[in-house]
Amino acid sequence: MDNKIKMQAKNVDFFYGKTQALKKVSLDVYSHKVTAMIGPSGCGKSTFIRLFNRMNELVPHTTLCGEIFLDDLEINNPLVDAVDIRRRVGMVFQKPNPFPKSIFENISYGLKVNGIKNKAFIEHKVEDSLKKAVIWDEVKNRLNDSALKLSGGQQQRLCIARCLAVETEVILFDEPCASLDPISTAKIEELILELKKEYSIVIVTHNMQQAARVSDCTGFFLLGELVEFGKTQDIFTAPKDKRTEAYITGRFG
Amino acid sequence: MDGTVRQIYRAIISMMNMPRFKEKLYKWIFTILAFASLFFLVGIVLVLIKEGLPIFQKVSFSEFIFGRYWYPTYNPAEFGILPLILASIWVTFGAVMVCLPLGVGSALYLNELAGPRQKAVLKPIIELLASIPSVVFGFFGMVVLTPFLQEIFHLPTGLTALNASIILGIMATPTVCSIAEDALNYVPNAFREASFAVGATRWQTLIKVVIPAAGSGISTAVILGMSRAVGETMTVLMVAGGAAVIPHTFLEPVRPMTAAIAAEMGEAPIGGGHYHALFAIALVLFVITFLFNIVAELISRRFRIKLGLSG
Repeated sequence: MDNKIKMQAKNVDFFYGKTQALKKVSLDVYSHKVTAMIGPSGCGKSTFIRLFNRMNELVPHTTLCGEIFLDDLEINNPLVDAVDIRRRVGMVFQKPNPFPKSIFENISYGLKVNGIKNKAFIEHKVEDSLKKAVIWDEVKNRLNDSALKLSGGQQQRLCIARCLAVETEVILFDEPCASLDPISTAKIEELILELKKEYSIVIVTHNMQQAARVSDCTGFFLLGELVEFGKTQDIFTAPKDKRTEAYITGRFG
Repeated sequence: MDGTVRQIYRAIISMMNMPRFKEKLYKWIFTILAFASLFFLVGIVLVLIKEGLPIFQKVSFSEFIFGRYWYPTYNPAEFGILPLILASIWVTFGAVMVCLPLGVGSALYLNELAGPRQKAVLKPIIELLASIPSVVFGFFGMVVLTPFLQEIFHLPTGLTALNASIILGIMATPTVCSIAEDALNYVPNAFREASFAVGATRWQTLIKVVIPAAGSGISTAVILGMSRAVGETMTVLMVAGGAAVIPHTFLEPVRPMTAAIAAEMGEAPIGGGHYHALFAIALVLFVITFLFNIVAELISRRFRIKLGLSG
């Protein structure tokens, strides 16, 4: 793969208290590609993705060893502010989590906390983000309604729009379709393929078909280890490791 | 032979019925216990109405509520409770000024900033404040706060509305803190994560997401704190100063409704105008606290719906 590396994890160990959740994980995320992480529950893939925007800092009693780079910046450097990292690396969560505010405010929130006050710009940006997240037509007439009135699939696209509004460079998807029906899932997958033109995307998923459909590269996690990482096509057609093969052919997991 | 069989049969039947009888008995006992508080509530309200209403044969309702002079033992007596109502309002308002920052501030600290170990120590301590008897608070106000206020404001007496406000505010703090902390706890972590994920700082998350989401819960906390302050008697009796005149500043002695009832009930001849007037004051007080509680309940219901917790 001759693409530019956007994010890079080098020898990452991660602990919850004394329990080791990740063991020496190294992985590259390429620019304008979708990188998928698969593996059974509890394998550490969600923990891993949350390291890319320093989300695990919010969990008490955790320890991280190793390095994670965003371009050339080591993001855990004490001189780097987590807030700045999160402005460049956005995240969409497993369960749609819109704020209990209006649809408009959900999107404008990210702009406002980043110090943007120009009303016209905010309005333009809200519309633009909702259009990119393919939800504009469904909500354009009720931007002032509570976001909690939307369906689960709509809420998740709203959360994606919220992420797009702050113009991040990377978007992390932590099992974005876990609580959605197949039609909403298909819409989100379509959206991810569209978004990779402008963003670098990392997605954690339980669903192997989903990884096969949307991703360019895939990493297979097992018990905190990255067992295998490579082109999605290779992982699914010619896995090098026996454990990967066993997992993708459905022998466990 | 036939009789014996019947007797045995009856004994068996009654034994079989025993558990069911017991069950019924228990059910009745608990039903009665559960309705006892309703019975007491209705009983108290009826007594208040019965003993309070006769005052309106002597003075009109508006003279009673808006009358500026409370001279119940003069001849002719004057039964205007406006000074008492205003005293209660002033003192309660002052108490809110104290318990709002103290209670909500400590709730925010406990929930958002304190580590689990700190919280495990601090929360019980704050709640312990609620278990101090009100007479001890009053005592504290008299002995510590009074000379202090007297000195810094150069007052003839330190027993003032300000003194009562401060003490009541401290007394209401554990209530406010505890309920506000629960409200903050109910704010799903997903909201915080969502906010951090778009690059909000801790402070922005707190101000723009967490507090608005817990807003009605926090208002409920404050209203319940107010209802505690407005009904508190012993403390205001001891530190508010007791002057039944319309207050102009916080540095004057006042006589809130509760203090008036407590101080005067013992001396009011049963069945006289003064006696009925005190009951009518109690009725007014009851209505006020009742309204506070209803408002608190309505707000907290809206809060649960807003967060999608339950209908």
